[in-house]
Amino acid sequence: MQATSDEELIGRIASGDRLAMQVLFARHHVRVFRFVLRLVRDESVAEDLISEVFLDVWRQAGRFEGRSAVPTWLLAIARFKALTALRRKPDEELDEEAAAAIEDQSDDPEVSLAKKDKSVVLRKCLEGLSAEHREIIDLVYYHEKSVEEVAGIVGIPENTVKTRMFYARKRLAELLKAAGIERGWP
Amino acid sequence: MNAVSREAPERQEIEALLPWHAAGTLSRRDRERVERAIASDSELARRLTLVREELQETIHLNESLGVPSSRAMEKLFAAIEAEGAPAPARRSFDLVGRVSEFLSGFAPRTIAYAAAAATVALFLQSAMLTAALMKDRSDTPTTELAAAHPTSNVHAVIRFSPQATSAEIITFLNAHGAEVVIGPGRNGLFDMRFTGDPSAAEIVRNVQRMQSETKVVEFIATKG
Repeated sequence: MQATSDEELIGRIASGDRLAMQVLFARHHVRVFRFVLRLVRDESVAEDLISEVFLDVWRQAGRFEGRSAVPTWLLAIARFKALTALRRKPDEELDEEAAAAIEDQSDDPEVSLAKKDKSVVLRKCLEGLSAEHREIIDLVYYHEKSVEEVAGIVGIPENTVKTRMFYARKRLAELLKAAGIERGWP
Repeated sequence: MNAVSREAPERQEIEALLPWHAAGTLSRRDRERVERAIASDSELARRLTLVREELQETIHLNESLGVPSSRAMEKLFAAIEAEGAPAPARRSFDLVGRVSEFLSGFAPRTIAYAAAAATVALFLQSAMLTAALMKDRSDTPTTELAAAHPTSNVHAVIRFSPQATSAEIITFLNAHGAEVVIGPGRNGLFDMRFTGDPSAAEIVRNVQRMQSETKVVEFIATKG
């Protein structure tokens, strides 16, 4: 075997190489799963979606032109699948999710207790962000995507990426403030 | 936002880049720009600290999400088995189109020469396609190779770190004289064997050595 880049693996997958598919899956499926899970908030749905994402890779590998890095391409496919799944979600479930997010902002006993631990509160507030804001925060901080890559994945201009990130952080600061943590910003 | 919007545009622009600066994904030019600004602006430096807190907790939150069950993998590879080989690549090399475009830029009296060039180019294209097809045939034994190893020769099971790159995995396997026999199976595990005919003690030693390479290996154990 020779040292193989992600792009070369995709080339092998395009010619029907299942081993290359296994290696690609082994390397990327956890991150793709976590990205999808943060959007759909349902493990079972997220698992189904990552199967679909990699099945698309199997089917479309021959059309991969290398305009973006493979992980970025995977996240773009995953995002599309997740949003499609969310659109299929019944309205009542969405309402419940929105209600849960609102509850997250309140200063309930659990949050009061957690005030002692800023990290815990910060994570709780990160979970309370909207799907749009969670997505951009995850892409930038966890998936380490550049402005250009986020723009490619989300399908928005680069300036909008920066603006959306700013508002996501601003919303996070508001949630933190509501939970009793004042950071002096923005 | 109001306080922020009153700030100088340059400072706002730098502030907007702080998340990417903290994540290490800025271009060299922007990174240097941010570093210069931070060095002379203590409030900006303080805000970078806030960004780093957010980054750290976002990573922590995502890492705590765990990993998918083997169901996702089983479903995927069952679908692949059912579907067979993927559609062939459609990256056509539109040489005819390119030659036409090329010709359109010339005066009529040069068209005859250009047409001759196009004929030669088309011949070359045919030759290239034939060569590519023949190469495809010779480049496809990987699956058969993987399937050819009897599973009774499996020495260990391994799960690779999600952060490991393919190059790192392949280099790692080569360095330890190991190869993947089949997988992934349950929980993302691959069956693996060592080349040659190692004794049980050698297998244990090899596995222990591999275990220490945590950048590539998430889990490894001898099998049998």
